Amino acid sequence: MSALATASISQEVTPDLANKLLYYMVMMRELEDRIELKLYRQGKILGGCYTGRGQEAIPTGSAILSRPDDYVCPSHRDMAAFLIRGMTPREILAQYLGRVSGPTGGRDGNMHMGCARRRILPIISSIGASIPVASGIALSMKYRDEPNIVFNYWGDGATSRGDWHEGINFATVQKLPIVYLCNNNLFAYSTPLDKQMAVENVADRAPAYNMPAEIVDGNDVLAVHAATARAVKHARNGDGPYLIECKTFRIGGHSAHDSADYVPDGMREEWSKKDPILRLQKEMVDREWASEQDFKQLRQGILDEISEAVDWALEQPYPDPATLEDNVYEVI
Amino acid sequence: MALTTYLEAIREGLLEEMRRDESVFVMGEDVGAYGGAFKVTKGFIEEFGERRVIDTPLSESAIVGAGTGAAINGLRPVLEMQFADFMACGFDQITNFAAKCRYRWGASVPMVIRAPSGGGIHGGPFHSQNPEMPYVHTPGLKVVQPATAYDAKGLIKAAVRDNDPVIFLEHKNLYRSIKEELPRHDYVVPLGLAAVSREGTDLSIITYGWMVHVALKAAETLAAENIDIEVVDLRTLMPLDRETILASVKKTSKAILLHEDTLTGGLGGELAGIISEHAFEYLDGPLVRIAGADTPVPFSPPLEEAFLPNADKVVEKARWLHRY
Repeated sequence: MSALATASISQEVTPDLANKLLYYMVMMRELEDRIELKLYRQGKILGGCYTGRGQEAIPTGSAILSRPDDYVCPSHRDMAAFLIRGMTPREILAQYLGRVSGPTGGRDGNMHMGCARRRILPIISSIGASIPVASGIALSMKYRDEPNIVFNYWGDGATSRGDWHEGINFATVQKLPIVYLCNNNLFAYSTPLDKQMAVENVADRAPAYNMPAEIVDGNDVLAVHAATARAVKHARNGDGPYLIECKTFRIGGHSAHDSADYVPDGMREEWSKKDPILRLQKEMVDREWASEQDFKQLRQGILDEISEAVDWALEQPYPDPATLEDNVYEVI
Repeated sequence: MALTTYLEAIREGLLEEMRRDESVFVMGEDVGAYGGAFKVTKGFIEEFGERRVIDTPLSESAIVGAGTGAAINGLRPVLEMQFADFMACGFDQITNFAAKCRYRWGASVPMVIRAPSGGGIHGGPFHSQNPEMPYVHTPGLKVVQPATAYDAKGLIKAAVRDNDPVIFLEHKNLYRSIKEELPRHDYVVPLGLAAVSREGTDLSIITYGWMVHVALKAAETLAAENIDIEVVDLRTLMPLDRETILASVKKTSKAILLHEDTLTGGLGGELAGIISEHAFEYLDGPLVRIAGADTPVPFSPPLEEAFLPNADKVVEKARWLHRY
């Protein structure tokens, strides 16, 4: 399933759009829950396990506005962006399980997924490294005079990397078509924001690059969607990069192993009340577009889809050790 | 017939590739109107414009990262690092991002990183290094260093056409000091092939870059003493041309592994490993390494001279090995 934007950039919120947004947020939540709370704990998934629980509105409200020829460069908390670009739960599970049928064929794990055909750039572990690379992808679009843009996602921690500053400086000097989506979830691993930066907002850094920026409630998918629509218009118009800082909170730990004891008492509970899925559902009920029964049905359908995908992925073969040295080079 | 310098050969190779293929472009610090710190891209902006000759901010990580992104999306960037020493500022992008793309997700990164390297020009600790080994040691990268104008042109053209990231080390001491007549036709020198620069029977000197010339000079001196030296110019450091290396050692049974890069962890150790694994029975003496000292490259002329290998040092070791 793929839900890439095809027509107007300033889509009004319709029941159809709301349903799509809800589908991807719930799919992200349930798929990550299955991965982290079931498969990881059952010992079926080894290595790291990073989720974007509570942050689903950010990749969903934004990537839904990407067109097929745009490029999306997600962070490790943006599962919905992969789903919206057409990556299937089967493929994602095969990736986590290290199977040959995943997008990296078992060469890399977890959210380090990319797909040239669907124009998804995989992250690497050095956070912020995708920012200069996103600049280069946007440069190639400008070089060929294409109307395409790049969606580049990262968190508050990335903004302390030299690569963030180098990549954004390069992009703004060259006026490249990029929409930056910052998920400011208040913690980089265990480091709180006030130990990360001396300014209050990531967006405060944008004027230094002569780049427009806005701050949105990152747990409100409709607000993210509306801001992204403005940013997309700006970037597609050739006016250069645009930053959206989405204020949010990482409900889980940095990774599955992290109990996140460093989060102050009550903070998680406070943010759980702002759950982006519940908020959209409330909005849809208020507008009389859907009922609790519809949400139950949607969730059940998604759970069935995931169960089928898990069964499929567990049956996929592991990569053949004989292929270890394949594809280091095209020709050597 | 006009003679072409090493620098001019690289420039001509790049020009030909840019004229041949619209997807090739150059990017780096001061490469536009200024023509680059060493003037390799002089005149490019007049012919190709700002679209294909991109002056960047002083940001090596952004240059390499942006090159990688452009390459992933179908272009063929040729990046200029002002000095090879500054590749360290883009190390993460080179070794963690660009080098691993094909292996991780099948993405081609057809990108060349040009980097003036090496000493002998009194450049001091940050303008004289030979930083090839971290890149030789990174699977996914190819590493090249030409020693002649002919190879400089043929290898830069092959590097541009290659679909993997290539670190192209240009020895700045050779830029204007050597020249030769080049063919008029379009030619490439394939990556991964060494050349025998001088045939000999008594002892092989396996080397690359500026040190090829040092080895050839030493070989002249030794010829007068009836010591017949073979000089192997590796040209590509990754992947190594094992066949040519081993064929030479099997012929002469003695080998000096010579490089300007510092001794410990230098390519000489890798070459020694290959030779002892695959040609041990042919050896009539120890494998001898001659390399830069295990120090930063010092500035003051007597110190830099002491740091660098030279023909006298090579002659002395070769005499010893020949007698062994």
